[in-house]
Amino acid sequence: MTVLTVQDLRAGYDRDLAIVKGVSFGVPAGQSLSILGPNGAGKSTLIKAMAGLVPCFGGAVHLTGQDVTGLAPHHLIRRGLGFVPQTENIFTRLTIRENLQIAAQLLARPRREERIEAMFTMFPDLAARPRSLAGALSGGQRQMLAAARALLTEPSVLILDEPSAGLSPKLVGQVFDTLRRISAAGVTLLLVEQNVRAALALTERTLVLVDGQVAHDGPSAPLADGALLGRLFLGHRAEAMP
Amino acid sequence: MNPQAIIDGLIAGSTIGLGAIGLTLTYSILRFANFTHGDFLAWGAYLSLSLMGLIGGLLAELGVRLAPFSFTLALPLAVVGGIALTVLLALALDKLLFGRLRARGADAIIIVMASFGASMALRSLLEFIYTAQPAYFTTALQIAKPLGLGLRATPDQLLVIGMTFVLVAVLHLIVTHSAMGRAMRAVSENPALAGVYGIDVAQIVRLTWIIGAGMACIAGVMAGLLVQIRPYMGFDLLLPLFAAAILGGIGSIPGAMIGGLIIGLAEAFAVQIVGAEWRAAISFVILVLVLMLRPQGLFGKAGG
Repeated sequence: MTVLTVQDLRAGYDRDLAIVKGVSFGVPAGQSLSILGPNGAGKSTLIKAMAGLVPCFGGAVHLTGQDVTGLAPHHLIRRGLGFVPQTENIFTRLTIRENLQIAAQLLARPRREERIEAMFTMFPDLAARPRSLAGALSGGQRQMLAAARALLTEPSVLILDEPSAGLSPKLVGQVFDTLRRISAAGVTLLLVEQNVRAALALTERTLVLVDGQVAHDGPSAPLADGALLGRLFLGHRAEAMP
Repeated sequence: MNPQAIIDGLIAGSTIGLGAIGLTLTYSILRFANFTHGDFLAWGAYLSLSLMGLIGGLLAELGVRLAPFSFTLALPLAVVGGIALTVLLALALDKLLFGRLRARGADAIIIVMASFGASMALRSLLEFIYTAQPAYFTTALQIAKPLGLGLRATPDQLLVIGMTFVLVAVLHLIVTHSAMGRAMRAVSENPALAGVYGIDVAQIVRLTWIIGAGMACIAGVMAGLLVQIRPYMGFDLLLPLFAAAILGGIGSIPGAMIGGLIIGLAEAFAVQIVGAEWRAAISFVILVLVLMLRPQGLFGKAGG
């Protein structure tokens, strides 16, 4: 079953200068998808438009069959779309528990504590000091808290914007281990990532975006040697390649 | 030096502190210095006065004085209505003016200037409706009772101080321990992320106006009860309100209250030390000193 469908989506910050120029793709439930591309290709704008943070000028986004195009983020999370921004993705002046409690507010009262405890079980680093300010966490722990917050409401689709940005290699490994566990749990995962090797190793399928359009859509494995990806990044479309 | 300055300062500080709470919340969540906040105090006082007259006229049995205080039962009831009307005024102003500017992505300075203009309009309208003549909630004379240590206070004054501390404590508990308070703190830190977390930011903005305008109305009535009400009373309080909010640290409710008390006490002692004509200058001096030495205020976080 296709859980997320994007049809001919046009989006950006200025109607006359669309950054995403007619992108279409569908994601089956449980699949993990990388969105790769050179700088300025429109990857982050695409997922932000899907998450209601950037205006859509045309096209549509359907989530579990419902049209959610242009809905505000707080409505989208209630429909099952979790989004983790690249930076500033936790409330640093609130405690770890308070960060999770805010997300838990969307659930029925009896399930709130149960889901918070489930997240502490999934991310033991966070459980060690739940009353500490989130601002005191390391970069990797912050990404874990951001992921825990998004997963707490059991979204149908989880979208992450460069979860490894600015992290040390060790922490990148931790973050991708976490994402692997999330994906293995059956969560549909969409990932924009600059760390191409790690993203290809994690996801089953990859969408390559160049200049706001889909240049390639297929399994991740064939892209792992880098040659095809390099040519795609330079603007060649997959079907035009030998 | 007369120790009575302590009581005078606490009374003035209570009004300033309650008023500064709304200002600090608006500043922290909507990110602009709201010049109309002082006018919410004045409008709250006048609306409550009108309702008190109306209630007293319709229900004569409510005209009995609530001993040992100077006012009748009609005043507390009128304040409830006054709060509701002041909140409606604030929400209408946000809907018609500030909300539209936010939706257009207007810079903070544009919104500040708009609030300055709206403040003048609100003040003039108040003067047009009620005239510039002072008005009173009560003309009954109260005798200040000795409290010990050379301090004296009337029952009304003690009520104002007591109510202020109760209101601030309740509000602080709500903001620090309830889901609503967590959402307010989240929006204050990062409104875009708050939406991603599932918080309805527009609802939190409305809540901020409701709390701010409600507190402003109570502060206006308190000021009016102890002295008098005038259309310019809010405008005259603006500088102490801003000084208290900044001294306490933007976004901090106890900070605004403590800032208000410090400003009130400083003003009261200044009257005794350097003379009444310097009273208004004290807020300005404190404001400048705080901005130079600790711009984040007593309870604010540096860089935040």
